[in-house]
Amino acid sequence: MDSKKYKPQMGIFWWTDRWSSIKFILRELTSVAVAVYSIIFLFYVSSILQGKKTFEEFSESLKSPAFIALHCFILLCLVFHSITWFNLAPQAMVIKLGEKKVPGIVVALMNYAGWFFISLAILWLVTNLLGT
Amino acid sequence: MSQEKITLEVFRFRPEQEDNPVFQSYEVPLRKDWVVLDALNYIKDYLDGTLSYRWSCRMGVCGSCGMMVNGTPVLTCATFLQKFAPGPIRVEPLSNFPVVRDLVIEMTDFMEKLKKVKPWIIRKDNQEGPEGEFIQTPSQLADYKQYSMCINCMLCYSACPVYGLEPGFTGPAAIALAQRYNMDNRDEGQEQRMELLSTDDGIWQCTFVGECSEVCPKNVDPAGAIQRYKVAGATDWWKSFLMPWAKP
Amino acid sequence: MVHFKSECDVLIIGAGGAGLRAAIAAAEANPKLKIGVISKVYPMRSHTVSAEGGAAAVIKSNDSTDYHAYDTISGGDWMSDQDAVEFFVNEAPKEMLRLEHWGCPWSRQDNGTVAVRPFGGMKIERTWFAADKTGFHMLHTLFQHTLKYDQIQRYDEFFVTKLIVDNGQCCGAVAIELATGKIFSIAAKAVIICTGGCGKIFPYTTNANIKTGDGMALAYRAGVALKDMEFVQYHPTGLPFTGILITEATRSEGGYMLNKDGYRYLQDYDLGKPQPKPVLRSMELGPRDRLSQAFVKEQEKGRTLKGAYGDFVYLDIRHLGEKTINAKLPFVRELCLKYENIDPIKEMIPVRPVVHYMMGGIHTDIDGATSLAGLYAAGETACVSINGANRLGSNSLTELLVFGSRAGKSAAEFASRINSSNFSIDSIANDEIKKLENFFVRRINGSEKIVEIRKEMHKSMEEGAGIYRSEKKKKKSQSAIASLQQRVQNISISDHSATFNTELISAIELSYMLDVAEAVVQSALQRKESRGSHQRTDYPKRDDQKFLSHSLAYRKDLSLPEIKYAPVTITKWPPGERVYGR
Repeated sequence: MDSKKYKPQMGIFWWTDRWSSIKFILRELTSVAVAVYSIIFLFYVSSILQGKKTFEEFSESLKSPAFIALHCFILLCLVFHSITWFNLAPQAMVIKLGEKKVPGIVVALMNYAGWFFISLAILWLVTNLLGT
Repeated sequence: MSQEKITLEVFRFRPEQEDNPVFQSYEVPLRKDWVVLDALNYIKDYLDGTLSYRWSCRMGVCGSCGMMVNGTPVLTCATFLQKFAPGPIRVEPLSNFPVVRDLVIEMTDFMEKLKKVKPWIIRKDNQEGPEGEFIQTPSQLADYKQYSMCINCMLCYSACPVYGLEPGFTGPAAIALAQRYNMDNRDEGQEQRMELLSTDDGIWQCTFVGECSEVCPKNVDPAGAIQRYKVAGATDWWKSFLMPWAKP
Repeated sequence: MVHFKSECDVLIIGAGGAGLRAAIAAAEANPKLKIGVISKVYPMRSHTVSAEGGAAAVIKSNDSTDYHAYDTISGGDWMSDQDAVEFFVNEAPKEMLRLEHWGCPWSRQDNGTVAVRPFGGMKIERTWFAADKTGFHMLHTLFQHTLKYDQIQRYDEFFVTKLIVDNGQCCGAVAIELATGKIFSIAAKAVIICTGGCGKIFPYTTNANIKTGDGMALAYRAGVALKDMEFVQYHPTGLPFTGILITEATRSEGGYMLNKDGYRYLQDYDLGKPQPKPVLRSMELGPRDRLSQAFVKEQEKGRTLKGAYGDFVYLDIRHLGEKTINAKLPFVRELCLKYENIDPIKEMIPVRPVVHYMMGGIHTDIDGATSLAGLYAAGETACVSINGANRLGSNSLTELLVFGSRAGKSAAEFASRINSSNFSIDSIANDEIKKLENFFVRRINGSEKIVEIRKEMHKSMEEGAGIYRSEKKKKKSQSAIASLQQRVQNISISDHSATFNTELISAIELSYMLDVAEAVVQSALQRKESRGSHQRTDYPKRDDQKFLSHSLAYRKDLSLPEIKYAPVTITKWPPGERVYGR
């Protein structure tokens, strides 16, 4: 077709137009927080390999308010990511028991339950193994 | 009789006349039972015969009258003026599509994509069917029914940022329709469609923004359809990776 | 003047249920043929999409094709051609099964077989349905299935302005491509018209905006007769503004019809006495036509209400309670809430009779062929006739399939027989293009407004060709329509753009509607009896002696249409009385 058309362009800040897009971009950005945490964790592991002194120094620096604040922020991001993700899960996972479809809310709750129990297990591991 | 009024700011683009769109304001009666489409019809009949838009059934099933109203993609036949009082109401063509004129978008791209996903019953033996009907229980019907409710209104494409950024993306409605046939127990074409949809422009482009399902007027849940497709695709891949000898 | 050219073997105008079915049938009949499907809207926008109820076909063992035929014929007040009806009822189950094989999501029984439900006027339940969106699912299934055939080429959003007829044969069409304004001639060896009805000639209708009788007018202008145009089916309960149909189920659940005094007025019209619980075939559950007629009588007595969109009465279901309404009538509530901002739990629903379906249409034989060689028609736009003077509920969707398929096959056979065409398509098309450019595009000084002429047409159709007709009222409408025919020649078009010019299309549609309206009024004037949907106050009785025949309206250039008559084919069922229970 030869008649001229108007082609709208999406600017780089397209996602600021709508609250739902902002939420989506925030969800995507939480992966940056995960990456930051992973890097810190890798440094932590490597400090172990570099000997007791380095490890203790690193552990000490992690107690600084800046690091604690950073970790709190990362935790917040992860919780946000998990909640938004679990809420979406029923759309991707349709489970049928015989003839009946399991309601979405049950699928979501199963995810939350899994999250809760795995967290509990990790807590138990941490307190029991590191506590002694 | 004095009548309450509301202003519509309508997107105008006349290719023979202007290079860039402009907004034109019209004042229309504000009535309780009027939807945005009724206001456009009023403009067309009494104020400005040159305004172009598509419409037909005015009962939410033909899928013609999707537009952006105050930034949200909606069926204008199901969007009351009253909701936006005292106004003004901004009416634009659906986002993410080239605009032919005024509120009319170009949708040939979608029509081509629709054909690509093979939205018809595929039988391995190429026979049309048994002597009588195929047997399909109400539960088997329910497996795909939701995905068969799509009216091709294009609201999901206009809500999808991925389609806006990557026009090659097959997109929500077409993928949901592929899924509608995949989940129909009469169909045997899943593999053929998977080949098409696991390519770069297929399901993996979707980042699960989820907006397509939010704006869908028929609760088709295209986002869900795509994610289920991804799960199936990933399962297939793992199977062929772990058990290359086993034919899918 | 630029003239674009395209060609195909079989050209189908209209891509609703009948058109798409015809396309598939033609493609199957001869895979070598190139099939063109032209439509002024994308196929899935076609009005078939709005049908809710279902499609009739005999499939259960307690039913028989003879029962289906009898229900159809008696429903049609013996105006149906019985050979066509017999063919129809026999083909119906095969067609419905094919649609099942193509993926139509028919509602099912627990054992997985197709479910059927009862419908008005049927002895035994035989209506196949896909929840309350039967037409929608049928249309989308057909459309998606056509995508399989590479030889089917679509011309989406092309608007046909003329059939090309040369040497006594239809050999193509001239059409405007909406997006660009380019004018095309599309040459074809056979043409099938499947453009649906023309409810938009009336002010109150369930029909969509696109139903402007285009195909009927195209054929009529090409010299083909319009048959039985006086038979117009009303539905008693539509919303006055939008024409949205409020299903009979509201009344079978116990809804009341009330006039302005809150009185259940149906008791005054020989429809039984009010009972607290609904009784079959009485009061609100009386036959559709009787309910519509009662409305007119109330209106004459000044006992209807006046609204912004004309007179109306109330359908009250509030007493059924929120629970029942939500459980049994959710779709009714959804329609009222979503599209008219009325909550039937709290408010009464304003309703009035609305035009629903045209029994008449392009005169065809049982193969869908018209009197013009190479021209076929199917669906609501055609009149075979199986619907007679009044269509049986849920026959129209089945008709799309049966006669769409039959017309597609016949047209394909015709096209296969014809060698390369020697028609002077170019010169005929050039004339039409010149006319289009002069008449519409360059017209700036016209003084008549589309909306005004449309309103006046509506008014005279409502008055003269409404539910009750009489000589006097009709004569008035006749002259009104004739003067509108003159005025439309002087229409003003403010839009001069070639790109998606919807104002230009509306103007052409309006001229189509006036042609069809003229045929309706003239046919109704000449039929001096009352039969089925055609009710005359001056001739209240059916007259089989004089009028057991189809009317055929032929267009005359400068005078009123000429009406001829053709006999009704009777095979097994001699005319009897149409009885309403009670």
